Amino acid sequence: MILAEVVGSTAAIGYGLAAIGPGIGVGLVFSAYIQSTARQPESSRLTLPYVWIGFAVIEALALLGIAFGFIWQNLVPAS
Amino acid sequence: MIGQSTVLAAEFPPSVEDFYLPSILPWGAHDSYWFTKITLLVWVAVAAIIIFFLVSNRKPQLVPTKKQWLAESLYGFVRNNISIEMIGPRGVAFAPYLTTLFCFVLLMNFFSIVPLIQMSPNSHIAFPAILAVISYVMFLYVGMRHHGGFFKYMKAALIPPAPWFILPLLIPIEFFSTFLVRPFSLAVRLFANMFAGHMLLLVFTLGGFAMISANAWLAPVSLVSWLMTIALTGLEFLVICLQAYVFTVLTASYVQGAIADEH
Repeated sequence: MILAEVVGSTAAIGYGLAAIGPGIGVGLVFSAYIQSTARQPESSRLTLPYVWIGFAVIEALALLGIAFGFIWQNLVPAS
Repeated sequence: MIGQSTVLAAEFPPSVEDFYLPSILPWGAHDSYWFTKITLLVWVAVAAIIIFFLVSNRKPQLVPTKKQWLAESLYGFVRNNISIEMIGPRGVAFAPYLTTLFCFVLLMNFFSIVPLIQMSPNSHIAFPAILAVISYVMFLYVGMRHHGGFFKYMKAALIPPAPWFILPLLIPIEFFSTFLVRPFSLAVRLFANMFAGHMLLLVFTLGGFAMISANAWLAPVSLVSWLMTIALTGLEFLVICLQAYVFTVLTASYVQGAIADEH
């Protein structure tokens, strides 16, 4: 007896899971930048390049999730 | 093999096939990707950047014209805010390449939201990959020249000042993150951003068509879907500028890491 059935690619679920970590990470980066700027406004230009570098490095994980979802979508046989 | 899609009649869940545009030079040829819209856009981007900078700096004046002002502020932005800020005083030498890189990536990305073009060459992995390879080779070469030889550069890059018993763990990690992950993530970041952005716009545009053709009562919802497309185009503009900046800043930071004396 089939109680529930899921059709389509499970890559969508995988990407949803893969986006949790980078979501938290990007949030931490910007919260740290806002805090540091609020505490010391004249440091805002100094820390900005590191914000973008950190943001880009963390965001890469979520983007790898997108790319690999498409790369590996056909490896699992659809039942 | 992936077949060519006809752009307007694409079916609703957009797939990777929507990124393979019809051939131009053998007009409408099937499965021929030697000269497509993508190729054309790359050449247009190259020509536009060369012509723009040549024309705007042909007769430089003390009080700059509008075009000269635009070209100079582009170069000044990359030189002051990226090269010198990331690399230091030696960064001026890298400013011309970084400016070219920034303009090229920015223009190629910008094609993805220009009406009637709406396709970025950077949403194919090949173009970001080549740009990443150039950055990779550049920071390796600069590092080797600065440290005087391959082995000295490897020693400076791979062996951090740490107790000897932790080195067997640190050296593979440093090697993995510096020489394998860097070019890969540089290419995949730009590619995946452009890919995901185009896919997002496709989902909302084609989703509107799918809903309006499925049921006439869904017409208001498809209107909302198309409005979302416009809003997402604005978001896409933000991503475009950010990714061009990030690509350039990361290249500069890798060069800075290669010519840093202390680890």
